[in-house]
This record gives sequence, C-alpha cells and structure tokens, in this order.
Amino acid sequence: MTESLNGKGLALVPKTDGKQTLKDFKSDQEVRWCPGCGDYAILAAVQSFLPELGLRRENIVFVSGIGCSSRFPYYMNTYGFHSIHGRAPAIATGLATSRPDLSVWVITGDGDALSIGGNHLIHALRRNVNLNILLFNNRIYGLTKGQYSPTSEVGKITKSTPMGSLDKPFNPISLAIGAEAGFVARTIDSDRKHLQSVLREAAAHRGTSLVEIYQNCNIFNDGAFEAMKEPETRDEITIRLEHGQPIVFGTGDNAKAVRLAPYGGVEVVNRSEVAESEILVHDAHRPDPSLAFALSRLDEPAFQHVPIGIFRSVDRPAYDTLMSEQLEQATADKGKGQLADLLLGGDTWRIN
Amino acid sequence: MTKQVQQLDRVIIRFAGDSGDGMQLTGDRFTAETAKFGNDLSTLPNFPAEIRAPAGTLPGVSSFQLHFADHDILTPGDAPNVLVAMNPAALKANLGDLPRGADIIANTDEFTKRNLQKVGYAANPLEDDSLAEWRVHSLPLTSLTVKALEGFSISKKDAERAKNMFALGLLSWLYHRPTEATIKFLEAKFAKKPDIAKANVAAFQAGWNYGETTESFSVSYEIKPATLAPGVYRNISGNQALAYGLIAASVQSGLPLFLGTYPITPASDILHELSKHKRFGIRTFQAEDEIAGVGAALGAAFGGALGVTTTSGPGVALKAETVGLAVATELPLIVVDVQRAGPSTGMPTKTEQTDLLMAMFGRNGESPVPVVAPSTPSDCFDAAIEAARIALKYRTPVMLLSDGYLANGSEPWQVPEVSELPDISVEFTTEPNGEDGTTYLPFKRDTETLARPWAVPGTPGLEHRIGGIEKADGSGNISYDPDNHDRMVRLRQAKIDGIDVPPLEVDDPDGDARVLVLGWGSTYGPIAAAVRRVRREGGKVAQAHLRHLNPLPANTGDVLRAYDKVLLPEINLGQLALLLRARFLIDVISYNRVRGLPFKAEELAGVIQDVINSD
Repeated sequence: MTESLNGKGLALVPKTDGKQTLKDFKSDQEVRWCPGCGDYAILAAVQSFLPELGLRRENIVFVSGIGCSSRFPYYMNTYGFHSIHGRAPAIATGLATSRPDLSVWVITGDGDALSIGGNHLIHALRRNVNLNILLFNNRIYGLTKGQYSPTSEVGKITKSTPMGSLDKPFNPISLAIGAEAGFVARTIDSDRKHLQSVLREAAAHRGTSLVEIYQNCNIFNDGAFEAMKEPETRDEITIRLEHGQPIVFGTGDNAKAVRLAPYGGVEVVNRSEVAESEILVHDAHRPDPSLAFALSRLDEPAFQHVPIGIFRSVDRPAYDTLMSEQLEQATADKGKGQLADLLLGGDTWRIN
Repeated sequence: MTKQVQQLDRVIIRFAGDSGDGMQLTGDRFTAETAKFGNDLSTLPNFPAEIRAPAGTLPGVSSFQLHFADHDILTPGDAPNVLVAMNPAALKANLGDLPRGADIIANTDEFTKRNLQKVGYAANPLEDDSLAEWRVHSLPLTSLTVKALEGFSISKKDAERAKNMFALGLLSWLYHRPTEATIKFLEAKFAKKPDIAKANVAAFQAGWNYGETTESFSVSYEIKPATLAPGVYRNISGNQALAYGLIAASVQSGLPLFLGTYPITPASDILHELSKHKRFGIRTFQAEDEIAGVGAALGAAFGGALGVTTTSGPGVALKAETVGLAVATELPLIVVDVQRAGPSTGMPTKTEQTDLLMAMFGRNGESPVPVVAPSTPSDCFDAAIEAARIALKYRTPVMLLSDGYLANGSEPWQVPEVSELPDISVEFTTEPNGEDGTTYLPFKRDTETLARPWAVPGTPGLEHRIGGIEKADGSGNISYDPDNHDRMVRLRQAKIDGIDVPPLEVDDPDGDARVLVLGWGSTYGPIAAAVRRVRREGGKVAQAHLRHLNPLPANTGDVLRAYDKVLLPEINLGQLALLLRARFLIDVISYNRVRGLPFKAEELAGVIQDVINSD
C-alpha cells in the first residue's frame, strides 16, 4: 500500500459522479477581505481549480488558523474548520491521520505558520501528514493591523518597530526543506496559471505539500512583490523552476542562468558566460534535499532573484498510511480486539 | 524445624531502597502475588522524579507501600508494620512513618561508613540502641544473594542487582505468598537473557529458603483471602483502568479512539497502555507538544473519532485555548488531567487535587466544561466511560480529573461483564435539518439536551464551517450580533448545567448523624476509612462523595443543608469549598493538607471526631 500511493495524493478520496464548477465551491457567505487584497485572487484560483480534481465536495476540508487568510474556509462550500492561531497543522494532523478518505487543505499565513505555529508546521512536514498547506505570505501582520512578521525584511518600519525590525526573517522554503518536507513550492497570487499548476502538483502529492503563495497586503505592505509583477523587472527577478528544464531566466542582455557554484551551492551567472552543459537542470525529485535548499537560497539577498515553482517533490510514505499499517499489522497478528478478552487479560482470580 | 504460624487480619509493608534497587518492581510483584492469593489490597508507590538520583542519598529513595487484608480495605495504610530498608537512606527517610514495634528488615551490606555518612548517620543505627523500639532484622541481603548465585555465569554486578528478588522471596515466605507467577514473570521478563532469568529466579527462591531456615525469623504470617463480592477479579492501577475505560468507551460508542498527547508524569502510562491496543482501531499520536496533542484530538473529533488527550496540570494550562475552541465548536473531547503537585513543575511524582478550579474556569470567556473525578484506581474505568458518555451526548469537552495517587496506586477490581457496560453510541447527522428541507444548521440544538447535531466530513449535502468566532444561533454563521452572543453564552451554559448526572448518595447507616463528611476524587478511600474508625468508636458521621463536579448533582444543596456541619477534606487549599460556598451559601468546614501525599485515615478520623465534638 505504501508504495502504490506514491504520487497519488487523492487515491483514497472518493470521486464525484457529477460535473462541478467554480460555483459549487462558493459558500453563501459574503467575502470580507479588504478590497484589493491578494486573498481574493487566491480564493478564486482555488475555487476554479478544485472542479478539476473531481472529488466529492463533502470529502474536502479546509482547516485554518487565525489571521486574514484564515477566514478562507468560510468562503468555501466544503467542510471547514477555522481554528486557533498557529494550530491548524496540529488540528489537521488529527483529522487527516484518522480520515485518509479526506482531502485536507490547511490555509495559513506567515504569522500563523511561522511565528506562533512554527513548531506545528515543521513537525507536520517531518511526519509527512497528508495535507496541502497553503502559506499566504504577505510579510506583514494584517489582522492585528500592521506589525512586522517573521518574513518581514530586517529594518521594517511598522507600528511595533518604529526604528526598524531587528530580527532576520525566515525563508519559508528553506525552512520547509530543512524540515525535510517532501513537497515544497512557491507561487504568487497574481499569476493564476502558475498558482493552479502548483496546486495541481501539490494535490497529486501524497504527504505534506507546502506551497508558499506570495500575497499582496494592499493596506499594510502594499507592493511587497511588485518587482515580480512589473513587466520591466519581473523577468529579471523571477526564476521559474521546471522539473527537467535548465534553470534560466531573463531576456536579451539580461539573460541569466544558474549553475553549481565552485564553493558549493548554486549561483546566478550571465548566460553568455556559461556553456549550455554547465547550466543546472532542475531535478525536483532528487532524494537529497541539498540542491533544493541551495536553490531556495538564491533569494538571498532578498528579492534579487526569486525562484518560483516546485523546489522539491519527493515521495515517501504519508503518516496516515504508516499509522493505518500498524493498526492492520496488529490486527493481522492477534486478531481484532475483543473488549471482554482485554478486561480479563493478565492475572485474574475468581471469588465464589 | 517447624516454625510458628501466626494469623493476621491485615499487614502494611513498605519496600524502600535506592531508585536503582528495583523497589517498584519488587512491590509490583508482591502485589501481584497478593492479588492472586485473594487478599483485598491497596498500594502506594512513592518515587523521586529523577530517574537515578545520586545513589544512597535521601532524594534518591524510592518506596512502594502495600496494604493487604482478609477484609475489604480502602487505603494503602497509614503506617507500615514492616519496612524493608535496602540502605541507610531508605531507613532514615521512612523511619518517621514507622510505629513502635514494627519490623525493620535492613540490608546490612549497604550500611557502610560511607553510606551512613551520606545521610548524616554518625553511628550505625543497626548497631547502637537507637532502633530499640522496633524489631530489627539485620541481614546481609546483598552478600547472601551473591553467595546464592555462585556458579551462575553472570557478573558480580548482575548478582548484586538480584538482591531485590532475594528480598521478595523472603517476604513471600514470611507472608505465605504464592510464587509461581513471579517465577513465570521473571522468565518472561528476561527471556532474551536466560542466565539473568535463572539467576533472578534462584535469588527469589534463595530468599524464600532463607526465611524457612534462618533463626532471624521465628514466625511467619497468614492473612486469609478476603471475602469480596463473588466475581472475577484482577489487580489494576488507576492509569491502566483509565486506559481500559477509554477503550471500552470506544467500543461502546462505536467510534474509533484517537489519542493526541505528549508525555508527562504521571499521565504517560495511559499513552503507553493505549499504544499497545492498536487492534482495537486505536490511533495514538505522540505530538510535538501539549497543544498539538489536544489539537489533533479535536481535529479527529471533527472527523468523527472519539478524541482524547491525556496530560497533567502543566499540560492542561497549555491546552486551555484548544479546550475553549472545543467549547465554542461544541465537539466531543475528553481531556484527562492526572493531577500532580504544582504550581509550575511542582513535584511531578506527587499527588494533589489542585487543578479543580483550573478545570472549571481555566479558559478565556464563559466556557463551561463538565468535570468528572474518579474516586479509586479501579473507578477510573467507569469514570472514563462516564466522561465519554457526557462528551458524546452533549457534544462538549469533558475534564476527567484523576491524580497521581489514583494513577499509580492499585487495587483489586471486579472485572465487569461487557454486556453490563452502558451503551453510549451516537448517531451522526446525515440529513438536512433546516425548515426548507435542504439546508443544514450545525447549531440547531436538540430541544432536550441542547446538544448540536454532529455531521462529519464525508456527509453529502451537510458541508458546513465551524470555528472559534461566535456563531449565529442555528446557522452557525459568523455573528457579532450582541443579543445573539448573549443568547449563545447562556445556551452553552444551560447545556452544561442540564447534563443528567446521578444524585449524590449519602452513607449514614443510622440516619441520625449531624455531621457530613464530603469529598471528591481520590480522597474517597482515606475519608471512608476514617469514617469507619469514627463509627467504630461510636461516633455519628455521614459520608458523601462527589464524582460529578460540574454540573453538581441536583440534590447537592439539599444534602449539604440537611446536616449541621459539613466537613470537606481536600488536598488543596479549599477549591471545592470555594465553589460550594459560592453556590449554596453554606460555610463548609475545610480541612486541607497539600503535602503531595494522600490523607491518612487516622488523621482524618481525628479531624472528624473534632468536628463532632465541637457541637
């Protein structure tokens, strides 16, 4: 069972008989994010993507923590659980581990997932619980009105940091790969096609999929990802990772390539200065995470080069499968548990 | 040589030694032999939190007390009749509890100058007159064991380590215990090390033979089997009974058990036990922390499992927010708190009843939670089923308040017939409940219980969203409406207040007592034993014991008001007393000791007598 489920993230989830449309996934609740918020685009992208999976709607569950993005489940006409700040991965772990027939999606933000919930995130990733975690990263606290977040750049001036923030931010992709996540990807709210292509692969992956979605907060951190969206700059910054393809980006005089660096890791070089054979070909399926980690570090210093796409997609048995196998093994070894036998086990004596 | 046999009606033995001396194992085996023999019994393990405190020191002393009798008994006993002291530290740490005339069996090999100095003995108490008030049996237990094991192909160290089995053998002879089960146990325990198994069995038998031949012991003792109610019995600890109760609740509800938990003393044994029973469909999840443990349990409950989390006080503090979410989302959840001495880390291996107010109120907002407390180790079985019944019927988190004394203590348990266990099955909602016949209202309540329907993911047509934000009555949609919030706060409270709990029963044989002793949780045994003593002396006293702390039985106020005085012993500073005074305006008399140990029956008998006399 373990092996046969590899790459079949939805194999155990019942399929629908009828045809679904975007409308089927819209709840009757009014969407209440700020006008212009990137969350709208992500919600629409998810709602229009889900029919493609052809799953029974009642077997889909969205679980969230607390924050702007965590309102997401209310707007999905599926089962949903809006939980506690940071705890969505823990709650979803219990659900997904006990119900392999569900497609469980965790909606979280940079504060929710990486500050208060950092511990739950890394442990879900190492266990490989069958979850799709969508991490909306806007690099700011929105719901509490604009304090810096664990992904804000150093020196960020906010209400809580009038002289600039001091803490170095997390790179969520590096963190996830460090926790040995099986599936790690990054995408952006404004590119629906790319976003949906990543969701497609994430859904197909059985185990934890971590998808970082750059999401613009137009109120407290507007334009944080603008350089990746402006036609003049986006191609110079954005590295689109595609499995099996050489890692190249930029055009004309600014055409760039990625190659293995002589000191270890990877580096960006001018394409004209490097032979085709030297250009690194992206292999998302490499069992060793080192190269995927190195690619995640191209984003350092921040936003000079930003890889998007699937950094890593490696199969290993999902946690619920392993747990179910132990239950099956125990039952096969000794038979189904009988309560009377259990209670009368051990040393007993009779009084007449 | 034929030795004299003396009849006794009860004996209290305390095995005490260094934490590396295997005293808990020795006590467990003697308990198993005693249970097999058919005595009634009650045990009190007492050990340091440190796995191996420095050898030979007072903090390193580990002990195991066993009370067994030819009649039904209620406590592990106040004062030992026999102390087995494996070293000077064990003697010094326990001598204060030993009444005059009690027997001391001391291992002279360990009474070296250095070991005596470690615990501040200037002279060897076995050799001066300081122990003249007790009957001292000085035996070189270690060297006797090593000598008995000459010829076995084991190291000297392994031979010395078998000294606890020599002591067990000697005590088994002294009290006519059956030995077959211990021999079988040792063979199974050391199945992979047959030489060690043989040596331990030989040490055990050598101890027995030593008793029979030595002149140190001229008398052996018989304690006849107790006449308990007919049935099949086994010995069981509180943690084991609680784990079995959870398994029974899973079987009787038809829901798979999901335990989300994090190891913590003294609750971890429940995890250990449940993890052995996967063939009952039980999933045990050792989470990254206490919060994830309860979170996973709640997530599983959302999916239709019997969600359980087990912990002790510090863990309850961490789980508070998630318990609040369970209150808000009205999902079934069992939170087991095996209370220990606090605050903070406190004394992890010692017992207390200090989490009652935290269980009642330790959350933000108006968040009522039912509270159930078992009264004896074996009662943990029934209390766990009762907690599950309430959680499932009323869709609510339930606090199950055990404690360290119940968790590690043990007693004979009359094994129930499965057919007599309550049916706590639940039906998931599968059909829309809106008036239009198509919508599903997740917070439309049952008119009698006020419980909301429970529709689990996978149920077509009932897709819905729940969460911690206030919900509109009925639809469950997010609502900030002031009147709706006020209504929901009151509905959640009314649901808990309306839980069906059995009436409080009073034990008052003559019906003319003017003083009532009330208790809750693990104080049942010491209180009941004290009440017996007082009655034997002609005192009039009634006893009642609360299992349901929230809601209280409907007749609680009437019961309390029927007596001139209500005495309430608690191992805290008066937490239930605070609740009763507030609720019923009755000035109960609190008696409080917070020593990390259970009450002694003699102590409570004195307190009861004082209250009676103060009329």
